[in-house]
Amino acid sequence: MAEKTPVVSPIPGVFYRRESPDKDVYVNEGDEVKEGDVIGLVEVMKNFHEVTSTESGVVVSFSVENEAIIEAGQKVAIIETK
Amino acid sequence: MTYFNKVLIANRGEIARRIMRTCKKLGIQTVAVYSDADQEAPFVKEASEAVHIGPSQAKKSYLQVDKVLQAAKETNADAIHPGYGFLSENEGFARRCTEEGITFIGPTPEVISLMGSKIEARKQMEKAGVPVVPGWSGNIETVEEALRIADELTYPLMLKASAGGGGIGMELVRNAEELEKVFSSTKQKADSFFGDGTVFLEKWIENPRHIEVQVACDEHGNAVHLFERECSIQRRNQKIVEESPSPFLDEKVRKDLCETAVRGVCNINYTNVGTMEFIFDEHQNYYFLEMNTRLQVEHPVTEEITGLDLVELQLKIASGEKLGLTQKDIQKSGHSIEVRLYAEDPNTFFPSPGTIQKLDVPTDGVRLDFAVEEGSTVSPFYDPMIGKIIAFDVNRNAVIEKMDNALRGLKVEGITTNLELLEDIVIDEDFKNGNFTTKFVENRAAKQKA
Repeated sequence: MAEKTPVVSPIPGVFYRRESPDKDVYVNEGDEVKEGDVIGLVEVMKNFHEVTSTESGVVVSFSVENEAIIEAGQKVAIIETK
Repeated sequence: MTYFNKVLIANRGEIARRIMRTCKKLGIQTVAVYSDADQEAPFVKEASEAVHIGPSQAKKSYLQVDKVLQAAKETNADAIHPGYGFLSENEGFARRCTEEGITFIGPTPEVISLMGSKIEARKQMEKAGVPVVPGWSGNIETVEEALRIADELTYPLMLKASAGGGGIGMELVRNAEELEKVFSSTKQKADSFFGDGTVFLEKWIENPRHIEVQVACDEHGNAVHLFERECSIQRRNQKIVEESPSPFLDEKVRKDLCETAVRGVCNINYTNVGTMEFIFDEHQNYYFLEMNTRLQVEHPVTEEITGLDLVELQLKIASGEKLGLTQKDIQKSGHSIEVRLYAEDPNTFFPSPGTIQKLDVPTDGVRLDFAVEEGSTVSPFYDPMIGKIIAFDVNRNAVIEKMDNALRGLKVEGITTNLELLEDIVIDEDFKNGNFTTKFVENRAAKQKA
């Protein structure tokens, strides 16, 4: 049965969907990801923290926009696992 | 004596408060600019006036040249102090200030641009007879060219971005294979990070010490040094403990180094205060590394041993006045150490934003340049440094003891800080003996693991 799992950021900061402004997004909605794949970056105090998928599955949706300001523990994406 | 009527401070946190203190002392009005995240910050309350300039992210507020200039015009500020970081070494910003008829408190845009290029800075210093790290001061276009130059210089080498800084855009290469591997990616990174893909090669100096010289120069051709600062204790290429004088230098080397730094800045017609950074090898050979064309985070240790107010000197010079000091007027006495308190894990250095629930600060004769108060929120948007503790005493042993006591009297609750690391450093035997290099923190952690 398909299950929807949220990916949360453990830290607050600014959420980015791409490594740098001139690069493509890490993943698109509908893409398949494996556990440990990077799906975004959070910038916190001049440091960049990778947000990785905790499951293998399909990215259903992103819960926040690129460059959104997020809180610690906030949901950033939803992964559907089989 | 007021050099200006009103100064806008294009910065935040501890340095904004520090600049305001001197302005207040001199009867100068101050304007703070602030982002959403800094609405409640102490520096905003302490300014004579405050102007909101945008959202929390620095690139949407503190880095917005137009918004800062507009705030200066609206408030009739006659000068802008850029502090450190943000727009402080931005040539375009300095130029715009001048065009708008507002004094930029710092050197000219031309000099900022010259020293912003590491290759240009090397060339200028070579011309002035200042030793630079052995290397190749030309733009290296291709990997073949890099390999040929590297063979002549001999490995190990550092491949560096000319526009780089703060430890970003450097790669250590120990042989031809490593150089081949990292050449294009370093060039590309330099291009996307700094908008300039120019790279060059320098000899790698193993176990270096980082020692810098504070200079001050006016528009009338007067230039002096304010001795050196020892800044070898670093983490991730960023300083955490600084002191003056350096325990590594004898008077002869000190004199030679400081006079060399003054010769270098005279050659480029530098104005205002600035810092010439050098690295020392194990045999007390020193080489110019780069110049910071602004006030440094660690400037207080120089103020403590010379009794001079560096921000006041900046204002005085920017107003067009003469320095009013000759080299022999500048004397040092005693010893000063500064430690930087960061909102980060003492071992992993991972940032820890949050709200400061409790802040007990030591009161026994140390200087506290803090960004925060009890109840302040440390936001995730800016540098993790939340304050500096500066101690002064008659000699190095006495000041170490004073710092040790001060750190024991400091309590921060609500966020994680590097306090424990700072406490450990000041009681470390190697630190006490002055026996350390830029690898100190790294080596210490490795020793503890073993």
